[in-house]
Order: sequence, then C-alpha cells, then structure tokens
Amino acid sequence: MSVDQKFLEKKSLEYRRTIIEIIYNSGAGHTGGSLSCIDILNVLYNGILEITPNNFSTIERNNYIHSKGHSVEALYTVLCDVGFFKKEDLKTLNAFDSHFIGHPTRKVSGVEHNTGALGHGLSVAVGLALAKKKDKSKKKVFALLGDGELSEGSVWEACTSASKYQLDNLIVVVDRNHLQITGKTEDVNPIEPLDEKFKSFGFDVEFVNGNNIIELLEIFQKVPFTADKPSAIIANTIKGCGISFIENEISWHHKVPTDEEYGKAIKELDEKLIKYE
Amino acid sequence: MNDIGKPNLEIFADTLLDQAKLNQNILVVTSDSRGSGKLVNFGKELPDQIIEVGIAEQNLVGISAGLSAGGKKVFGVSPASFLTARSIEQIKNDICYSNQPVVLVGISAGISYGQLGSTHHSIHDFASLRTFNNISIVAPADNFEASEVIKASVGYNKPLYIRYGKKPMMSIHSSGTNFQIGKAITVSEGEDITLVSTGETVQRAVLAGEILKTKGINPNIISMHTIKPFDNDILIKMAKKSKVLISIEEHSIYGGLGEQCANIIAQNKINLDFKILGIPDEYMVNGSQADVLDHYNMSPEKIAALSAQMLG
Ligand SMILES: Cc1ncc(C[n+]2csc(CCOP(=O)(O)OP(=O)(O)O)c2C)c(N)n1
Ligand SMILES: [Mg+2]
Repeated sequence: MSVDQKFLEKKSLEYRRTIIEIIYNSGAGHTGGSLSCIDILNVLYNGILEITPNNFSTIERNNYIHSKGHSVEALYTVLCDVGFFKKEDLKTLNAFDSHFIGHPTRKVSGVEHNTGALGHGLSVAVGLALAKKKDKSKKKVFALLGDGELSEGSVWEACTSASKYQLDNLIVVVDRNHLQITGKTEDVNPIEPLDEKFKSFGFDVEFVNGNNIIELLEIFQKVPFTADKPSAIIANTIKGCGISFIENEISWHHKVPTDEEYGKAIKELDEKLIKYE
Repeated sequence: MNDIGKPNLEIFADTLLDQAKLNQNILVVTSDSRGSGKLVNFGKELPDQIIEVGIAEQNLVGISAGLSAGGKKVFGVSPASFLTARSIEQIKNDICYSNQPVVLVGISAGISYGQLGSTHHSIHDFASLRTFNNISIVAPADNFEASEVIKASVGYNKPLYIRYGKKPMMSIHSSGTNFQIGKAITVSEGEDITLVSTGETVQRAVLAGEILKTKGINPNIISMHTIKPFDNDILIKMAKKSKVLISIEEHSIYGGLGEQCANIIAQNKINLDFKILGIPDEYMVNGSQADVLDHYNMSPEKIAALSAQMLG
C-alpha cells in the first residue's frame, strides 16, 4: 500500500463521516449521491486538480464542474478540507441566511459554478474548455454528471460541441451508480449502452471503479486518452457507498439519518478509520 | 376554525387518481418526479396510465403535446421550476401556440423547496406563462381548491398550468363553495381594506385578517386562485370600495398577481393606497418556505401591521 493510497483512503472515510454529520445536523441532504461520488472528488481535489484558495481566482488553472449539484454535501466537504473555508462554516448548512444551501452556489468559496438543475454542467464545461483552447492553455476541465442526469438532452448537445471542437482537455465523469430518485436508471429511462453512446458522440471512453482510489488516480493521470478527443470516464459506483444500510437503497437518495442510523453509520466508519491510525 | 388540512400536492394526487380510474383516457407523464408528485400510488394502481420519460422535462412537455394531439387527456407533472423554466419553449410552441389542452402540473412550486435554493424555486412562472396566449394559470390555496381545480381540469379544453406547494394547508373554504377556473373566491367581505392573494399565501392573508379583526378592522379577503384569465370584475369591485389594497404572492414582485392588480387599478382610474408583497429582485435569502415568506414581509403579523399602518 503506497502512502498516497493510505492517505487518500483515510480521507475518503473522514469525508464520509463529515457528509453524514452535516446531513444529520442540518436535517436535509442528498446522502446516497454524495457518498457515491466522494472518492472521485477526493482523488480529483487531492491528487489531480491543483485547485487551491490561492489560485482559485485565476483563469490559468484546471476547472471542476459539479453538474450533479444535489450531491453538494460531498463538494462542501472536500472544499472545506482543501482549505476554502472553516469547518465551523459547514455547521450553518441549510440555516436561515447561510450561503451553504442545498445546491452549489458561488457564494461559497471554491464553488466554480451554480448548479442544481441537472443537465447544465457539461455545456458550461465545454465553454470553459473552449476558452482554454483559445488561450492555448494546457489545463483541463472536469465535469461530474449523474447517470440519471444523462436523460437530459442538453447533455448530448454539449457532447456534439465537445467533439466538434476536439476538446481533449475536457473530461466527463459519470457517477454510474445505476440509481436515480424513482428507481434503477435502466427501469426509469435506460441509458445503456452508455460507452457506445459516448463513442458515437466522438468521445474516447474508459470504465473505472469509481469507489477505488488507486483506479481513479490512474485513470485521471491518463487523460486525454486520445489526442483531439474529449474523454468520458464511466465511474461504476455504489450509491450510498461506505455505509452498509445506505448502499444501493433507493430511499436514501435524499433521506436523512435518524439518531439511531446516525450512530450506526458513524460507528461503521470509525471502525474502518481505526485501521488507518 | 383553521383546520390544518393536507398538503395540496397530496390532494392533487388523490383527486387525479380518482379521476383517472373513471377515465382511461387520462394519462400522467412524469420525469423522475412521481415521488415528489405523490404519484407513487398512481403508478402502482394504474401502471398503464403513467408514462415515465426520465430526467428530461423538455421531452416531457413535447411528449405531452403529442399525446394530447393523439386524443389523450394529459397531465404533465414535474417540479414547477424545471417544468416552466427548462421547458418554456415547448410550453410556448407545442402546448400554447398549438393550443393543446394539456394540464401542466408544477409541483413544489414557488419557494416550497426552501433551502435547495434558487435553481429549485419557481418565482418566475406566473410572469413567464402569463405572456403566452391560450394558457390558463391556477394556484390553489387550500385542499378544496386543490381538488376542485383537478376535477375542472379534466374537461378543460385549453392549456392549463396549475402550481402546487407541499406544506399542509389550512382549510379556507367550505365544501359548498363554488369553484370555477377564472372566478376568484371571496373569503370574507369587509370594508376599507382588501387583501388579495393566491396559492399558499392565501392562508397568510386569512391569518392576517384574523389579527386585524381583533383591532376592529374588517378586511375583504380574496383568493385569486386563477392568475389567468384574471377575474377583473371582483378586483375592480373590491378596490373601488377600499382605501387600501395589498397583494400577496409567493412569486417575484415582477409580472405576477401584484402587477396584474396594478394594471387593473391604473386602467380603471381607481384611486387607493396599494402595495405589492412578493419576492424582491435580489439574491434571495436562504431558508425554509415559511422563513423566506416571513422575511419578505409576508407573515400574518407583518401583513396585519402593514394594513393597519396604510389605513392610518
Ligand atoms: C433539471 C432537473 N430535473 C430534476 C431534478 C430533480 N432531481 C434531483 S436529483 C435527481 C436524480 C438524479 O439522479 P442521478 O443523476 O442518477 O444522481 P445520483 O444518483 O448520483 O444522485 C432528480 C430527478 C433536478 N435537480 N434538475
Ligand atoms: Mg444515479
């Protein structure tokens, strides 16, 4: 086990703890989707993006667009840890007059773009990537989308532009947890064969275990997969990953833990965290 | 007095299920929104009468228009914000311009989504849809209006938009009240001051009225459930006998109930003190629906205080 791996795996557990904590304390949140994408955000912010409070206001840097905005607790948790604001601030989540609301807003330091209505983020990411091309910048733009979100037609409009302009600095990451609010994506509105879809829209596509730190690090270091082509990473994840009774449970899309569930979740995470002391 | 009823959204779903059981021609279209629309039961009981398009609101409205053109009575159900903002061109062209009598049901409307923020709020829907030809717009106040409008919508032969909130609503009208799309309901008739409101803010006007009565002031209170076509007659009648008119709405102060009242007052040369209460043009404060409405001067106490102050 390399040091980096251990370091990041421990962070993922701590992040999961924070996600549960802030959802429990604020009485609202998107638990399942935040837990499924947290490893992706962990690896991006701690290993790939090099976005810091110091360079945040500059143009010449990488960008990250959190298109599945409802998983805001994952984003706030990571932004807090990489230094954009104090942990104290997170306690105001959902409180009256707080800027920490239930979807990403640029009023919160470190948030790149206001999201929450699904299907917007990829077009914005295409715009950012195009701007970088115009500036002859080598920096990259990452966008995280939900798999249910892919039913929005605007996602595929963005894909056509990405391939027309050969945006090999654009990386779409799909949080492929196979669930949305109503049920399984393939029951609600099937999106398979997803890799073939992206390929036919001009992307190069790879699969990854989106809850595995090492696999994520490796794949993000490999992009772009092909020169002049945008990249799509289909990250197979488990909705609610890391807490046994939340995993793959449809109802946990935006359920808040009861006192008992909260205690159980924290205990599960703490038992895993001990191994990293 | 002031019985707390159910959320209007639940009443909508129950009434629609009853209607759909009687009429197989009724179809519901959802966009990963059946849970939020309280239609899980509908889906179980009448699986052949529900069409699920996934998270694709523009597609939902277009398909609804097509189903309607194919002779079906369609209820397109999705959060009001996405339904009326994202799909606005489908509503404009495929529903309104083409005059398809689809019922568009905006769920968790206004600021019902509270802390989920601006992406999820619909404080633009009256304003934008009012500019479209053919469509009628209704915001039910209590369980009675919530259910009556669905019964009326089944035989309605024009496009119709109905917005629902999700908090339990106090019952305002008795069951014998006459409900008609386009005809406001007078909740109480009084003297010098008129409170006109729509949707979930009507109960705030009613509660303000109770406070005012303890001070010896008897307001006229109107539930203007239909924003379009607007009941000009009732407004003119009430305004003419009032010294003060206050409009209250869970919507931007631009382009909604208040501006429609201003329009009528000005064009009919009615002279009185008038105030529009609604959401101002600013980065909206974060909070629950109730906290936000209170913050923007729409608590019963603040409405009553403003009324008393304007009466002098
Ligand atoms: C345009 C739009 N329509 C509907 C919603 C409501 N909504 C929020 S989350 C969600 C399900 C998202 O599913 P998915 O993209 O698979 O996300 P995940 O499973 O990662 O939570 C829906 C329908 C929304 N936020 N935006
Ligand atoms: Mg999903």
